[in-house]
Amino acid sequence: MEKNFIEIENLSYAYDEDEGDKVPVLNGISLNISKGEYVAVLGHNGSGKSTLAKLLNMILTPTSGKIIVDGVDITSDELTEDAMFELRKKVVMVFQNPDNQLVATIVEEDVAFGPENLGYPSEEIRKRVDEALRTVGMSEYAHHEPHRLSGGQKQRIAIAGIIAMSPECIIFDESTSMLDPSGRKDVLNTMEKLNKEKGITVVTITHYMNEAAQADRVVVIDDGRILMDGTPAEIFSKPDVLRNAGLDVPQCSAIVEELKKLGVPLDGDCYSTELCAELICNYLTNVQGL
Amino acid sequence: MKNISFGQYYPAESIIHRLDPRTKVILAILYIVCSFVCQSAIGFTALIFSMLAIILISKIPIKTILRSIKPVIIIMVFMAFLNLFLVKGGVELTVWKITIYSKGIYTAVTSVLRVISLIIGTGIFLTYTTTPIELTDGIEQLFGFLKKIKIPVHEFAMMMTIALRFIPTLMEETDKIISAQKARGADFTNGSIVKRAKALIPILVPLFISAFRRADELAIAMECRCYRGGEGRTKLHVLRYRTRDFISMFIFIAFLAGLILINCFGVEYPFIENGWF
Ligand SMILES: Nc1ncnc2c1ncn2[C@@H]1O[C@H](COP(=O)(O)OP(=O)(O)OP(=O)(O)O)[C@@H](O)[C@H]1O
Ligand SMILES: [Mg+2]
Repeated sequence: MEKNFIEIENLSYAYDEDEGDKVPVLNGISLNISKGEYVAVLGHNGSGKSTLAKLLNMILTPTSGKIIVDGVDITSDELTEDAMFELRKKVVMVFQNPDNQLVATIVEEDVAFGPENLGYPSEEIRKRVDEALRTVGMSEYAHHEPHRLSGGQKQRIAIAGIIAMSPECIIFDESTSMLDPSGRKDVLNTMEKLNKEKGITVVTITHYMNEAAQADRVVVIDDGRILMDGTPAEIFSKPDVLRNAGLDVPQCSAIVEELKKLGVPLDGDCYSTELCAELICNYLTNVQGL
Repeated sequence: MKNISFGQYYPAESIIHRLDPRTKVILAILYIVCSFVCQSAIGFTALIFSMLAIILISKIPIKTILRSIKPVIIIMVFMAFLNLFLVKGGVELTVWKITIYSKGIYTAVTSVLRVISLIIGTGIFLTYTTTPIELTDGIEQLFGFLKKIKIPVHEFAMMMTIALRFIPTLMEETDKIISAQKARGADFTNGSIVKRAKALIPILVPLFISAFRRADELAIAMECRCYRGGEGRTKLHVLRYRTRDFISMFIFIAFLAGLILINCFGVEYPFIENGWF
């Protein structure tokens, strides 16, 4: 793979409590993400996923450890305002609640918000807005009011606003969790498209196992540490570890697991519905063939 | 709750829609001045016609406009009655113990007309035909010179945009909270005023909490989108005055001048002087 785009070294973070106590949330996380990767981050509620995302976005500063984005140490004290601005341009974030990310009252003006902040000339902004809306498939809504759109549509507008800034990496913090299945599918397809067609590095934080299965790599965080890091096939072949980390196992993996327990000799990847179906089909043809 | 149309953009293709927002701010101010300059019946007749003309040109359905007047009807009625009973002068008119004066009728009618023209003028120029962001842009650029004396024009403009953006969201939320409290047996329609006011607390508290949480999230989201104040910011829509802007401003100034001229000729209360009542 290419050189690391994001390097996280021994990162720790603790929130300040009221009485001056510190609540440790992240305890020495090390993680490298290369350009163009599609990484899913899993972890139970309160495991520190959002905290990690906020650290990557310089909304929080770590108590110890280092984060290097594209060769620049974003945790250094000497980081100037301008350097921060440049970094924010590279790594942007899509949040959970689409309502609280949209600034403007007309879709295209909201999408333009980011590029406007970056100071592009208006023709360039126009181009980017149109392109971004096309990418998320919302061109015909350019002149609509965001509050009249559905949740999934709003989230796609939020994503368009981010794409228009042409970032190198997008972090999605549970961006599909407030959406219905069809809205979720739209957003997921958009994520995949951004990664595969535009080569944007995608980091998606999620509670949905099938969403994680869509990624190239899955990182499981538990109690502020990295528990597992590998391909979906590797991660979902260890259902017990996942359950111990307070996570679900994808339905298809669970089925295969149950079948194995019943003595059916199934062997192979089974983290997506297709793979699972294939596995069972193969088995059945083999049995009949015998 | 859902049908408050004040402050809502009405998309249509009209020349007013296409005017520069700065022009529209200026026109709105001029129109307000016009409605206050009006004194004579001729002036008010002109005002009524100008109102109709503006509505027609803006292509906004009368229904939509009437809806924006609805919320202030009570105030207008109250004002009309005050004028009717308190203003004395002109011909006396006694109807069953109550005495009113022709001048009272005149001021009642004209004050209502004034309020209507205020609402319609500002409504059409500033809200129906102008998207809030356009308006904010307009105000920001029109009053941009105030930045030199340290007035945070951009910040005010941004605040306004966000407020406008979140009004529908918060209204929806209020609806939801009301339903939720009703489902728990809250009663907002019966009881004394004190009791009803108290019933509002369980609505306001969650609403405020959620508004603050939203504000917090929005601030983070804006920062992530590289927002750092007005400096170095460009615009998707760059404002440029065009011929139509100059023409419309000229027409309004001429109209204002006309109204002032009418006042100078002093044709006040023509009907009363002629004993028309
Ligand atoms: N602003 C804060 N102040 C103090 N503690 C916080 C704050 N934000 C989060 N925490 C705590 O930090 C821990 C990790 O929170 P974080 O939001 O990173 O979890 P998460 O993995 O994103 O969870 P979820 O899946 O619910 O989004 C939680 O125990 C939470 O209580
Ligand atoms: Mg979270």
